[in-house]
Amino acid sequence: MKSLAELQALRDQVKNNMGIRSDDSGNIRVVVGMATCGIAAGARPVLSAFTEEVAKRGLHNVTVTQTGCIGICQYEPVVEIMEPGKEKVTYVKMTPEKAVQVVVNHLANGNVMNEYTIGAATK
Amino acid sequence: MYRSHVLVCGGTGCTSSGSARIIEAFEKELDHAGLTEEVKVIKTGCFGLCALGPVVIVYPEGSFYSRVAPEDVQEIVEEHLLKGRIVKRLLYTETVVEDQVKSLNDTDFYKKQHRVALRNCGVINPEDINEYIAYDGYQALGKVLTEMTPDDVIKTLKDSGLRGRGGGGFPTGLKWSFAKASVDDQKYVCCNADEGDPGAFMDRSVLEGDPHAVIEAMEIAGYTIGANQGYIYVRAEYPIAVKRLEIAIGQAREMGLLGKDILGTGFDFDLELRLGAGAFVCGEETALMTSIEGHRGEPRPRPPFPAVKGLFGKPTVLNNVETYANIPQIILKGADWFSSMGTEKSKGTKVFALGGKIHNTGLVEIPMGTTLREVIEEIGGGIPNGKKFKAAQTGGPSGGCIPAEHMDIEIDYDNLIAIGSMMGSGGLIVMDEDNCMVDIAKFFLEFTVDESCGKCTPCRIGTKRLYELLDKITKGKGTLEDLDKMEELCYYIKENALCGLGQTAPNPVLSTLRYFRDEYVAHVVDKKCPAGVCKALLNFVIDRDKCRGCTLCAKNCPADAIVGEVKKPHVIDTSKCIKCGACMEKCKFGAIMKK
Repeated sequence: MKSLAELQALRDQVKNNMGIRSDDSGNIRVVVGMATCGIAAGARPVLSAFTEEVAKRGLHNVTVTQTGCIGICQYEPVVEIMEPGKEKVTYVKMTPEKAVQVVVNHLANGNVMNEYTIGAATK
Repeated sequence: MYRSHVLVCGGTGCTSSGSARIIEAFEKELDHAGLTEEVKVIKTGCFGLCALGPVVIVYPEGSFYSRVAPEDVQEIVEEHLLKGRIVKRLLYTETVVEDQVKSLNDTDFYKKQHRVALRNCGVINPEDINEYIAYDGYQALGKVLTEMTPDDVIKTLKDSGLRGRGGGGFPTGLKWSFAKASVDDQKYVCCNADEGDPGAFMDRSVLEGDPHAVIEAMEIAGYTIGANQGYIYVRAEYPIAVKRLEIAIGQAREMGLLGKDILGTGFDFDLELRLGAGAFVCGEETALMTSIEGHRGEPRPRPPFPAVKGLFGKPTVLNNVETYANIPQIILKGADWFSSMGTEKSKGTKVFALGGKIHNTGLVEIPMGTTLREVIEEIGGGIPNGKKFKAAQTGGPSGGCIPAEHMDIEIDYDNLIAIGSMMGSGGLIVMDEDNCMVDIAKFFLEFTVDESCGKCTPCRIGTKRLYELLDKITKGKGTLEDLDKMEELCYYIKENALCGLGQTAPNPVLSTLRYFRDEYVAHVVDKKCPAGVCKALLNFVIDRDKCRGCTLCAKNCPADAIVGEVKKPHVIDTSKCIKCGACMEKCKFGAIMKK
């Protein structure tokens, strides 16, 4: 470490890893259904894809977490995105590839991907 | 990238209740579930709620699991970490209200606390310098080295109103300005981590949970007074703290944050550890420095003060662990931020180690000016078993007791001294109606007699005589004249002892005499111990009306002092009774009493 600037650069880099330990009440929450039905339908790789993509893009205001079964097992893997002050968006039959697209379009740019939501699936 | 962090307390309290095995269990179960890439397990410092250890916190949910056993880990991994279902039965009950999980910061234990010195304890991994850096670690040092002159640092500290947290309460900025003003070719910075008061463990927790904060502050002190060498004097009885300090010093050196040419500014500073062998007197500053020099730990008269002639005869700044832990925050957030907390003459926060007859045994950090009642009844959760509060002892063997009538006093340096106690390093022992105040005074005097270094007569002989008088009173052989004699002896010791420890040694006696003189009189005149503690003044008797003659007491009496026929009232032979109380504990009918 040769200068204060170097120290500050290191701080900014390692800070990313600590984000989930702070108060996250204002964050966008990505909730992946990880009950038996979700896991059987392939929710694990979906969860990992969200975690990795969110980290890769440095989205500090996003918390990726998991939940139990919400009762629509035929649509698993189900992912809900909750943003403070906005209506909840429910994505169904997710895959890791779709997850990456959701991160890019929805989380990073605010465009809901209607074609993957439960509304589109039940039509 | 990890999506979840599992924080396991690695403080001394939780380590002794098995947190190391919990970490092992997590690593095994996570591996089994294939989650090692997603979930990170971190060993942290103390969370403060030691009574509920071992403690585990899972983020991002912030779930606070208490009293976790290694057998519970599988459930946490499979339910919470894999499926996202919080294991409610293991949550700290205070965080569950009407089946809803609330934030830890809203619980009674945490909501009145304000963490400055403990800000990183239980939050970061103390064995990883990167986590300290992530939370602005070494930024204060960087700011001081690049933007501030030594006089700026001193002014900031003076403006902040920070006073020494070791007990004396001397203004830190003033102390540093004296050391800076002394001219010499070599100066030193020392840290007093020889926490010796019975029941105090604040400094241990800071060293275990956030060792870099102390290192950073000592470097700032070095820059300010013009020293390039520091010593941390830490008790050998704190093996975890010693290990983490060694790791922290090693990592700081490796990263160029300690040693030569720090942050490319040309400033050199290095640190060494010195382990104390457990003598109480080595917590006294002059004795501590004598011990670092390699001599027997004995105090020497002041003046000259350490700022003029300290370690190896050179100007030295010596502060306590908690004082140092505040300093990086003051530099970064400013003097105004710090002085906005607290009372007029005592700024900031103070860490207390809560112990004794209280629900939430543990570590709390409160703004100065919080009342004793808030600390005991709200944060501490009150006194167990519906007993009544009698007194709180602050300042350990140098302090005094605070009776119930002063419970609403705002805690700060000056208020505590005004009522005959002192802040001390921060031990706070709560006593209820079952504690005998004469016995408490005797306990502390026994400690002082044991720990007196013997250099000066008032302490060596005076405390011994004082102890003998107390012993006489607890045995029912005291007289009213003894009380006056004790008081006189107390003042004599206070005025004539060489060091702070001797001068304050009579405080437990003086303050109990002041507030609980009636208990002393009961021992001396009535030959009774009202709390039922002093064995020589007790008799166990059986109530003939309540006794059913079940013979349980007689079977359990180790001295065969209880006689009686089956189904007829029993009697205790007082000449044989050793007053162990076993009969009273066993009696199912409440027929045995102390009189």
